[in-house]
Amino acid sequence: MKYDIILAGVGGQGVLSLATVIAAGAARAGLHVRQSEVHGMAQRGGSVLAHLRLSDTTIFSDLIPRGRADLVLAMEPLEALRYTDYLAPDGAVVTGIEPFLNIPSYPDMDRILSPLRLIPRHRLIAASPLAKQAGHSRAANVILVGAASAYIPLEEAFFLAGISDIFGRKGPQVVALNEKAFTLGRTAPEAGQA
Amino acid sequence: MSSHIVLGDEALALGAVHAGLTAAYGYPGTPSTEIMEYLQSRFAGALVAQWCANEKTAYEEALGTSFAGCRALVTMKHVGLNVAADPFMNSALLNLKGGLVVAVADDPSMHSSQNEQDSRYFADFAHIPCLEPTDQQECYDMVRVAFDLSEELHLPVMIRLVTRLSHSRASIVDAPAREKTPPSKATDKQNWMLIPSLARKRWDKVLSIQDRLLALSEASPWNKLHIVATPERKSPLGFLCTGLGFNYFRENLAEMPGNDKVPYLQVGQYPVPAGLIRRLAETVETLVVLEEGYPLVERLVRGVLPQALRIRGKLDGLVPRSGELTPENVRPAMGLPLHECRSLGLASGLPEGSCEELDETALPGRPPQLCKGCPHGDSYEAIKDALAAYPDGLVTADIGCYALGVLPPYAVPETIICMGASIGVAKGAWEAGYKHAVAVIGDSTFYHSGITPLIDAISAKAGITVVILDNSTVGMTGGQDTILPGSRIPALIQALGVDPEHIRVVDALPKNRQENARIVKEEIAWPGVSVVIAVRECLETLRKAKK
Repeated sequence: MKYDIILAGVGGQGVLSLATVIAAGAARAGLHVRQSEVHGMAQRGGSVLAHLRLSDTTIFSDLIPRGRADLVLAMEPLEALRYTDYLAPDGAVVTGIEPFLNIPSYPDMDRILSPLRLIPRHRLIAASPLAKQAGHSRAANVILVGAASAYIPLEEAFFLAGISDIFGRKGPQVVALNEKAFTLGRTAPEAGQA
Repeated sequence: MSSHIVLGDEALALGAVHAGLTAAYGYPGTPSTEIMEYLQSRFAGALVAQWCANEKTAYEEALGTSFAGCRALVTMKHVGLNVAADPFMNSALLNLKGGLVVAVADDPSMHSSQNEQDSRYFADFAHIPCLEPTDQQECYDMVRVAFDLSEELHLPVMIRLVTRLSHSRASIVDAPAREKTPPSKATDKQNWMLIPSLARKRWDKVLSIQDRLLALSEASPWNKLHIVATPERKSPLGFLCTGLGFNYFRENLAEMPGNDKVPYLQVGQYPVPAGLIRRLAETVETLVVLEEGYPLVERLVRGVLPQALRIRGKLDGLVPRSGELTPENVRPAMGLPLHECRSLGLASGLPEGSCEELDETALPGRPPQLCKGCPHGDSYEAIKDALAAYPDGLVTADIGCYALGVLPPYAVPETIICMGASIGVAKGAWEAGYKHAVAVIGDSTFYHSGITPLIDAISAKAGITVVILDNSTVGMTGGQDTILPGSRIPALIQALGVDPEHIRVVDALPKNRQENARIVKEEIAWPGVSVVIAVRECLETLRKAKK
């Protein structure tokens, strides 16, 4: 088993926290994990890209080759579209649909979402309202992990174990909130279907 | 034994602790910063783990640890080693007592740097061993061997990291920890004092053990030769891989025809193992060099004289000469096609094509930028307003978050070169005839390398205006504490000789923009050295402190 995930978003959005939850779950499942992160200047409000590789055999490269990723998981739709060149032909895309507006020429939403919908396996998720429903706007990351879990070949129990590993030290309430966010994301409806 | 999921930087830090580390010194710099942060967050109190004024002072403090007989780690980014080059080069001539490991993190592709210099050249220059890990486990394991080697050879040992390993996370298994060495200072003082007569002896000694360093490389478990072909039946292709070049080679190897018979050499310990390279070369018709960084090994094996063996790599353009290697850009060198890519633009799908044909310009870029409400933005606005009165005005800037002021809407700086350069460059331009020169520098960068050029400016009575952006933090690297509070700068520069009337401390607040612009304008007009200190705490640091 080998599963390669490109994580995308804007510096400061918490892209790495997405990777951390999935990586913790994969580690619980006994898989090899390599997670390449972005630190430093590139984090300051710019486009960020992280690579997460899961495998039951040795992983050599920290980077996923373009054209080979199984999943692009993004916090934000423009960044999802930016990195679709990483997708393998049968790859999937999961993204939050709320734009992160910190550039002057952000394109019309329809021009971003319509090409994403051309990808046969896609989930475009309105993460913010679901996060509020789960109990906190910052749970949007875990909403997206839940949405992505529909594609990632890991049993649900491992994701929940990963959530417990990552949020456990913040107390049972935070774990429960994130478990709820995961479930809401996993069953989330397709957003804004034209 | 237990396992840990850690960054490459953290694996190195943990390995150093388990190797009996007494003290670590460094200056923050991407991608090396997390080595020290890990030590400080996990081992505070158990050992010394300190940020220093700059890489040179860090290196010298580590030499003190070694002189005292204990193990020391010094951490920095590649360009930091330029700052520490003086003690680094000279330390190779000392008869080190406690092990000294220099962990230098290079940044090929310049993700967060001014250049992509390859620190292996520095190890070669100093005639010391260099270890180059390819994964987190090697980061952990190599540091212990590096300390042992350093004490065996009495030389510093470099561990060269690169961004993709420093900032990549994976699981490692640890080993039983070694105790710290109790202090017991070196007693052979003639081996620690580099006056010419003694330094000559030490240099001869360094040269005399170079054969031993080479023998250690030839036998190193990290220099792995994989040969199936023989000199009689040569393989058409063979690979010489260093650093992460090996990872990308292995990533793609399974797709090569007859992949189990492809000969290769993985180099992880330097000096370059010449004997192993010769053995590899005997079995191949064409030797391809896949090297993360500059073509150091490739230049060596090519030489300048004609030879029968065909050598390919960065120098003939088969592999990109600039930027980091990737699992894709080594494929042509392995005779493999690029992967097909789905290339989506705005509004509609574009035809599928190879990765090379993608048109990324179809999407608006999202470059890094100053945080919303950042005090540096207010300072740049004030400087911009002040300079409106001076058509011959000139702004030099420095290394830090405020380098992001090159982008609109500010677009103020005209030079950004290296730590501390803003002040010296402004002085030089002033002396050449630009009488309204402004140097912009952060508080941490000022303490790192800004004081000495300010001394030059004061000495020369250069009429420049220095604007120190005091945000009370080392911002770009994640908000480490500045080595000393910025509040001490006014007294310091006054003692150096800046007229107290022309040391202006202002609050970098949006409501003060007009007033601050007026003050900067006044100081630009004044013909002596003036310093405006714009104070307001970094928003990120403030946010973290409130957590």
